[in-house]
Amino acid sequence: MRITQGCFSFLPDLTDDQITRQVQYCLGNGWAVNIEFTDDPHPRNSFWDMWGLPMFDLRDAAGVMMELNECRKVYGDRYIRMSAYDSSHGWESLRLSFIVNRPKDEPGFRLERHEVAGRSVRYTTTSYAVDRPEGRRYG
Amino acid sequence: MDLDAPTTTETVSIREELEAVGIEDVLAQLDRELIGLKPVKTRIREIASLLLIERIRKRMGLTSEAPTLHMSFTGNPGTGKTTVALRIASILHRLGYVRRGQVVSVTRDELVGQYIGHTAPKTKEILKKAMGGVLFIDEAYYLYRPDNERDYGQEAIEILLQVMESQRDDLVVILAGYGDRMDKFFASNPGFRSRIAHHIDFPDYADGELLEIAELMLREMNYKFSRDARAEFIRYIALRKSQPLFSNARSIRNALDRLRLRQANRLVADLDHVMTVDDIRSIEASDVLASRVFARGREAAEN
Amino acid sequence: MPPNELKTSSIPASRRTTAKETDMNMHSMTIRGRDRYKSGVLEYKKMGYWEPDYEPKDTDIIALFRVTPQDGVDPIEASAAVAGESSTATWTVVWTDRLTAAEKYRAKCFRVDPVPNAPGQYFAYIAYDLDLFEPGSIANLSASIIGNVFGFKPLKALRLEDMRLPVAYVKTFQGPATGIVVERERMDKFGRPLLGATVKPKLGLSGRNYGRVVYEALKGGLDFTKDDENINSQPFMHWRERFLYCMEAVNKAQAASGEIKGTYLNVTAGTMEDMYERAEFAKELGSVIIMIDLVIGYTAIQSMAKWARRNDMILHLHRAGHSTYTRQRSHGVSFRVIAKWMRLAGVDHIHAGTVVGKLEGDPATTRGYYDICREDFNPTRLQHGVFFDQHWASLNKVMPVASGGIHAGQMHQLLDHLGEDVVLQFGGGTIGHPMGIQAGATANRVALEAMILARNEGRDYVHEGPEILAKAAATCTPLKAALEVWKDVTFNYESTDTPDYVPTASVAM
Repeated sequence: MRITQGCFSFLPDLTDDQITRQVQYCLGNGWAVNIEFTDDPHPRNSFWDMWGLPMFDLRDAAGVMMELNECRKVYGDRYIRMSAYDSSHGWESLRLSFIVNRPKDEPGFRLERHEVAGRSVRYTTTSYAVDRPEGRRYG
Repeated sequence: MDLDAPTTTETVSIREELEAVGIEDVLAQLDRELIGLKPVKTRIREIASLLLIERIRKRMGLTSEAPTLHMSFTGNPGTGKTTVALRIASILHRLGYVRRGQVVSVTRDELVGQYIGHTAPKTKEILKKAMGGVLFIDEAYYLYRPDNERDYGQEAIEILLQVMESQRDDLVVILAGYGDRMDKFFASNPGFRSRIAHHIDFPDYADGELLEIAELMLREMNYKFSRDARAEFIRYIALRKSQPLFSNARSIRNALDRLRLRQANRLVADLDHVMTVDDIRSIEASDVLASRVFARGREAAEN
Repeated sequence: MPPNELKTSSIPASRRTTAKETDMNMHSMTIRGRDRYKSGVLEYKKMGYWEPDYEPKDTDIIALFRVTPQDGVDPIEASAAVAGESSTATWTVVWTDRLTAAEKYRAKCFRVDPVPNAPGQYFAYIAYDLDLFEPGSIANLSASIIGNVFGFKPLKALRLEDMRLPVAYVKTFQGPATGIVVERERMDKFGRPLLGATVKPKLGLSGRNYGRVVYEALKGGLDFTKDDENINSQPFMHWRERFLYCMEAVNKAQAASGEIKGTYLNVTAGTMEDMYERAEFAKELGSVIIMIDLVIGYTAIQSMAKWARRNDMILHLHRAGHSTYTRQRSHGVSFRVIAKWMRLAGVDHIHAGTVVGKLEGDPATTRGYYDICREDFNPTRLQHGVFFDQHWASLNKVMPVASGGIHAGQMHQLLDHLGEDVVLQFGGGTIGHPMGIQAGATANRVALEAMILARNEGRDYVHEGPEILAKAAATCTPLKAALEVWKDVTFNYESTDTPDYVPTASVAM
């Protein structure tokens, strides 16, 4: 399966050139870009691990791409995403987030149904990947 | 200005090229801003011409390599290195050799850390901010401390060298400092020497140029020398140059700041005087002569 | 506001206020002292409801009415009557006024301008003291401002065009339960409009069949599906059936995509008790969003907004019924006023027009609605029908929803007109796709992502839109099919509600 979180998951994987242009768009808006990675892509796993701090005061996407390449060297077997933070009043949250790296094989999620009274069902979504310990989940 | 455009062109008008990128404006600005520095300005013009031609060659399909653009600026303090770096960045930006054109100016302290694991992130942080522009490292030789084998400066040097080589499209590094120390630095760090394409030497200003600088600065602040004051200031320059810690234009600026203080003091002391605009603008000989430079000069002569 | 700022010199002489009327504009006619309270009938403008020298306080609520007096009725008197009838007045003088601080409670019409290019219509600005209103109650606010006066005989027609809500009053409301930013954080979706679809056919599907549509649409790439306004609990589908099957569909699609999904479960019902019961059940099943209809009334809306805040639920409002009073230009309540009330009342989503779709809405007016939903400060923009500076005092923002007759081929226009913080709802545009619902959803999602990508890259996506879509369709068959099927579908009809002020003064003198 293909996880479709993030802004551009329905398009073919972005090339580095395309990623650079998106990052430049973020920097141009004065947003700080952060690189995050995870091996548990559960839809409610908000806190992927940060590859360093969000990068403030950058002018050019090359700096971010340098970090992305470093991150890929270490965590190239996991999901990596770019997140852009806008600190302006009334927003103070993410403005853009998109996946820039995926594991070769995406095993997806198991949906567990726990049947309770009145035909109600309690649903639990679990990444198949987390059946294995952290760090040994992909590849 | 897309350097990667694959189209090849047959004919090119240099005039149109020059006008299109507007380098002449930058060079004219440099001429206005900086007195003298003839050799430096000539070098800048040469570099600008070279890069313009490189750009055309690339378009004609005669070259494909991205040229090395890293530079070294050598010279004493106050000889205009930082100002020239700003203009160079602007020229590189207009020609499309750097994408944003900002200048990030640092010294050793901003690149080198205090403990293990501290240096790489610090250096990278600066490099990321300089991407798309010019990284200006003042007194670059402090990065290298031959007396201490385990100095963290070495780590910064290695990262810098790697980026200077592999990301030539992304940023231009300018190493700056005193000429003799830079020579030693390059001698012990051949990696830097080989990555520097342009060495520019900034000569000290001649006495006459320093006077011109002083008058230009005064004009910008709406002051002027009286005739006598000007004569005394010429003497002042000669004396000051022979004394320690002289730093060219910077010393001149400091001297002018002190002159303005003394002038104000003199004007305020004379309560009953009704002042004209001319009085307020004018620096008098007494303002100049009160400088300690003259006292020190006399002492030196007596000894 | 400087007096007569709005009076445009571009209005033809025949349509301007008469010299006498203009003259009246300058003076108060209020009778003061003992004569004011003599028994009998007194003109409104003499009772203190016409005060051209009055300068509205920062804490006043200001209403702008479009007044169309009956033939022969003085516009000043008509406007003063509106002020009177929407505040303290009755048809005759009452001595009991003298037991009150009557002058404070009287609404004061302080300005009357002829409407440009609309003979016989006048814009009346009326200021109301804050003490006239119960804090945090749209019911009370609306009962005062539009309670009685719309049936007033001396008027041919009356329309509430806009309101300035003072910060002091805004602060008495909870505001949107969730707000745009938190909704995005909860949904984990940033940088693009959200995508939705209303399940079709509106009526008749069983719970099981209904859930099928939800699953297909969400799995295909939509973020939301939606019940229609009249899907409540009918013989063909009891509400519990719908909720159970819909949540099965949501969870299944979520697991299949790894993305948070939602379906607006419509909890609209005959009583508050029923609505609470349905909302509680939706929460129990893990839904992130519920839905209500405008027709449940302002108090019920505010109650549900409070419930939604307490229960971390996004609250979607369908503006069912609004066109009965918002659409006609001369009579009723402008939708921009409803939008303001709904932001105060606390809904998170509101249908606010598509510009290009099948329902009423000219671009400039719609832009005004969107600004009201999404900005923290709305400057006066007459060309968008926004008549006042409005500070929202950091009240949460409402996500506008664009729904009705839109399709993937319009993506560049939708993004251009409506921006990024909007839910684009392609009902027919998803479910009517020739290759099926999933394909329809995928087509919309691919078209959207391709357009956002291009926009962020700095491309002129409005003009290059068709090319961008065609290129995206080259690797996406569903999009290719969608563009083919709906390529010629547009809804170009004259709007009935357009701004009275256009930016360029092109009217002859």
